[in-house]
Amino acid sequence: MTAAEWQIVWFTAWVAALSSLAILPAGLAAAWLLARRDWPGKSVLETLISLPLVLPPVATGLILLQLFGRRGAIGGFLHDRLDLDVVFTWRGVLLALSVMSMPLLVRSARVAFEEVDPRLEQIARTLGAGNLRVFYTITLPLAARGIIGGMILAFARALGEFGATIMVAGNIPGRTSTLSLAIYQNVQLGDDAHAFRLLGVSVALAFIAVWGSELLLRTSRQKP
Amino acid sequence: MSLLLRHVRLALGTFNLELDAELHGRITAVLGPSGAGKTSLMELVAGLRRPQSAFIQLGDRVLTDTARGVDLATRHRGIGYVPQDLALFPQLSVRQNLRYGRRAGGEADSLFGFERIVELLEIQPLLHRGVTELSGGEKQRVALARALLASPRLLLLDEPLSSLDAKLRARILPCLARIRDEFQLPILYVTHDRFEALSIADEMVVLIDGRVAQTGTAQEVFSRPANLDVAGLFTVETVQTGRIVNLADDLATVAVGSTLLTAVGRNLPANTREVYVCIRAEDVILLKGGDSPSSARNHLAATVKSVSREGPFVRVDVDCGFPLTVLLTRRAREEMAIEPGDRVVALVKAPQIHLIPRPA
Repeated sequence: MTAAEWQIVWFTAWVAALSSLAILPAGLAAAWLLARRDWPGKSVLETLISLPLVLPPVATGLILLQLFGRRGAIGGFLHDRLDLDVVFTWRGVLLALSVMSMPLLVRSARVAFEEVDPRLEQIARTLGAGNLRVFYTITLPLAARGIIGGMILAFARALGEFGATIMVAGNIPGRTSTLSLAIYQNVQLGDDAHAFRLLGVSVALAFIAVWGSELLLRTSRQKP
Repeated sequence: MSLLLRHVRLALGTFNLELDAELHGRITAVLGPSGAGKTSLMELVAGLRRPQSAFIQLGDRVLTDTARGVDLATRHRGIGYVPQDLALFPQLSVRQNLRYGRRAGGEADSLFGFERIVELLEIQPLLHRGVTELSGGEKQRVALARALLASPRLLLLDEPLSSLDAKLRARILPCLARIRDEFQLPILYVTHDRFEALSIADEMVVLIDGRVAQTGTAQEVFSRPANLDVAGLFTVETVQTGRIVNLADDLATVAVGSTLLTAVGRNLPANTREVYVCIRAEDVILLKGGDSPSSARNHLAATVKSVSREGPFVRVDVDCGFPLTVLLTRRAREEMAIEPGDRVVALVKAPQIHLIPRPA
């Protein structure tokens, strides 16, 4: 493994992990709202969040490119006011991975929240707990397993993201190149040895993520 | 304490919960068949359901007043609620469950001391266990203690004994009486079991199809049901207060006024003296033309007071030292030619006289 290859591996793992954490607050809030509240437009939000799951990733990437490019609605604002560029930087990678893995977290967390007996939350209220305390002491701990499962799924999805990333962040060696992008590029260039080494790393990372989640599920299932 | 429920209206699927009631009991039993809206009433009082309209006042505190937009949040109501499924927090230990409701101020602010409640409900040995390892009776006591430790002004119990066997019931019932007496805590007690209601409550609310069919003292409701629905719910026509004068070999001798009855005294808590004596009308046999030997333990000389038709049956009210109601078929009544004023003998077997401990 060369230094450049290690850089790609670290960068990919790091941005994927960061995206899994970055989507946590909004993802949990959305999941909780979908599980516990009824409001007009609920189904619209539900569909919007799940859209990246069914749209071709490249199409999602194109939408993000339009929104976050320097002339886009959001990208323009960020560039002009905050001097922040998203497209073709590591932030673009983070954005693409977050949007693409969000639905997996929201779906898992929503199911996990729905499985928490609302009765327990009600009784906590009769014992004097406010909304925040109910959430942190009852809802969250009881849904933790599903949420962690969702985070691991999201992380695994982020590790392998290709279509949206290449649209939003390009494939700039040393800056936005991720494992999937590098493997594709190396195969295109006929550099198979290079591609296979990165492939091995991908398999190892994916294996650790899935194996870790299985292990976690098994140990928490043993607890009653 | 008084709990005021005025113009309560809550839509419940196929019918509405609609009631107006003023409760003053120390333990008020909410009695009714399943699906009558008993649990919904609890949830309404606890603030877990929003009514279409209601005015609910506990003591001098208005909890809900839809007319003026008052709807106190559940957590500020100070109402302890032990639901039928108990809802213990599975991720927490028994101790953590008990501590959950404690106010931030600590021991001094709590109306009821932690140690006292743990002692009263015999929870000490369970404190370090997880709640999923507990038996039904243990869970019941922990849920009760958890509600008490939040220092409620009113305790709502939803069928607290329904999941327990007879032996455990006999242990929990005295606990409830102790809670009532020691903490001066009013209790609203939901049950569909008439005997349970009679043994614990001093006031009763009968709920049928979302409406209050009757309120009153336990004995009033039992012995003078306001209408056929209530009567059908109890199907115990005769309820009298009595005193156990002797208990030997599981047979109790009970004095009702000056009449002595023999009943089965098994399953009564030790040292029970004051009881309700319950006799179903169809369990009584009438003899006319003098007494004769029989296996029934109770032979009561009686005078027929009134005879009235009730569907295929005839209801005969007799006086045997206390009013006793007897149900006969019309054919039997015609053959015996029973008329008011007749001297008869009423036979009742000992196991058919139900004794229920009476709150002192």
